[in-house]
Amino acid sequence: MNTLRLIYVFFRVSVLNETAYRVNFFVQLFQSILELGTALAGLAVIFSYTQSLGGWRPNEMLALVGVYFLVGGIISLVIQPGMAALIDSVRDGTLDFTLTKPEDAQLLVSIQRVAIWSLLDLLMGTGVLITALVLLGKSVGLGEAVQFIGMLLAGAVIVYSFWLILASLSFWFVRVENLLEIFQSMYQAGRWPISLYPGWLRFALTFIVPVAFATTVPAEALTGRLGGPTLLEAIGLAILLFAIARVIWRLGLRRYSGASA
Amino acid sequence: MNALREILALLRLYSQQFKTTFASMVQYRISLFIWMISQILEPLVYLIVWSTVSNSSGGSVGGYTARGFAAYYLVLMLVNQFTYTWIMWEYEYRVRQGLLSFALLKPVHPIHSDISDNLSSKIITLPILMFVAAGLALIFKPTAAFNWWAGLVFIPALILAFLVRFLIEWTLALAAFWTTRVNAINQVYFILMLFLAGQIAPLTLFPNWLQIVADILPFRWMLGFPVELLLGRLSHAQALLGLAAQFAWVIISLVLIRVIWRAGVRVYSAVGA
Repeated sequence: MNTLRLIYVFFRVSVLNETAYRVNFFVQLFQSILELGTALAGLAVIFSYTQSLGGWRPNEMLALVGVYFLVGGIISLVIQPGMAALIDSVRDGTLDFTLTKPEDAQLLVSIQRVAIWSLLDLLMGTGVLITALVLLGKSVGLGEAVQFIGMLLAGAVIVYSFWLILASLSFWFVRVENLLEIFQSMYQAGRWPISLYPGWLRFALTFIVPVAFATTVPAEALTGRLGGPTLLEAIGLAILLFAIARVIWRLGLRRYSGASA
Repeated sequence: MNALREILALLRLYSQQFKTTFASMVQYRISLFIWMISQILEPLVYLIVWSTVSNSSGGSVGGYTARGFAAYYLVLMLVNQFTYTWIMWEYEYRVRQGLLSFALLKPVHPIHSDISDNLSSKIITLPILMFVAAGLALIFKPTAAFNWWAGLVFIPALILAFLVRFLIEWTLALAAFWTTRVNAINQVYFILMLFLAGQIAPLTLFPNWLQIVADILPFRWMLGFPVELLLGRLSHAQALLGLAAQFAWVIISLVLIRVIWRAGVRVYSAVGA
């Protein structure tokens, strides 16, 4: 309960901060629409030459684009800003202020910064997803809906844990911003079904940089092509990565010596 | 005599700038490597997508087989690396931080140090990328109808492509003089580049009217044209016409730069001035 209250407070502060810069809203709106338009136009070019891409029909690909924007929105809404701020605060020593607060420090650093205009990506992703489902003309059963939400959550946890692990490396190394860039550029590959890629790339996008679980797997759940093993794998990996991230964060904190110590 | 002395001075400037940049690139080799990942991944993804399409529709799409697409995108990867610039981000930073004041005080046009900066970073990145492309070639087995005259014309086409792209993007970077929202402008530019330079698909796969638009605008001449040329997909006439278009765009952008640079410097006032 306390966690939820904290999240609410931090979110509110971010909203108040950001509403001072209202032009940013329109700039972000412009950029998000452009990005979505590009993605859709790209699909249009490809599907003018084929009926299905690696077994995915146009409307199913549309659902995947929706998930891509939805998850990308979550990443740029909380995960990316918080982790970037964590790296900065470890280097500057301002993490001291967070550590002195009587709450779990991992929670505090994770929600410290919210880029609220990224909600636009989240909303657009959802919109595209709903459109895709309507076009697919099939009613999503309760089972599929539960699976989808479960896989979306698992994907978000996996991505969050992965970022926290990378960001925690800043306790040992000074320059790790670049590592975060790797995820950002590999994430683009998640706009296409992971099954298209050759084995080595699929492996890299699943287990080294876990992009597959963030986009392809939830979309598979929604379009009813998710197998039981993948489902269990996603949940297992989410729990495992979260635990590993927690341990590395703890070890890092023990190493952290503050700005003036 | 005077002209000769100026050229010599410029050469000295280039070689000095070259050493400086080279040293800093070696220093930041990890960032350089990480940044190259996206340079490799993007064409690789389109290569895979189009190969899949080609395989599922009878082995050929718009004259490209899966191996044809492999050749197209691997060459595109290298040409893109050769012509790439990051000057838009650089200028936004310079103007915002007031760093441009120092560059303006120097007795030579700031574009010279930018050119040599750009070239020296490529001396490091290009060999690495060629190595990666060779590895990918083993996996995707590209084929193309290579011929000698196209191989020869490719060299000036590549250099002209670099010049057109560098001059156009340098001009675009000057937008930083007027607005702080350069990101939105850059995004529009990159989307045009994606579709009209042949990145999202070879241009011959697009409808006719779009191909005509691509012929008129500069994007094709910065990237797609040299790639198609090397792969032996252009006739003699198309190749000549392409070189002429590249030449025209070099001249147009030189004129643009002169006009916009003068106006921009007049608008610029450093922080604290």
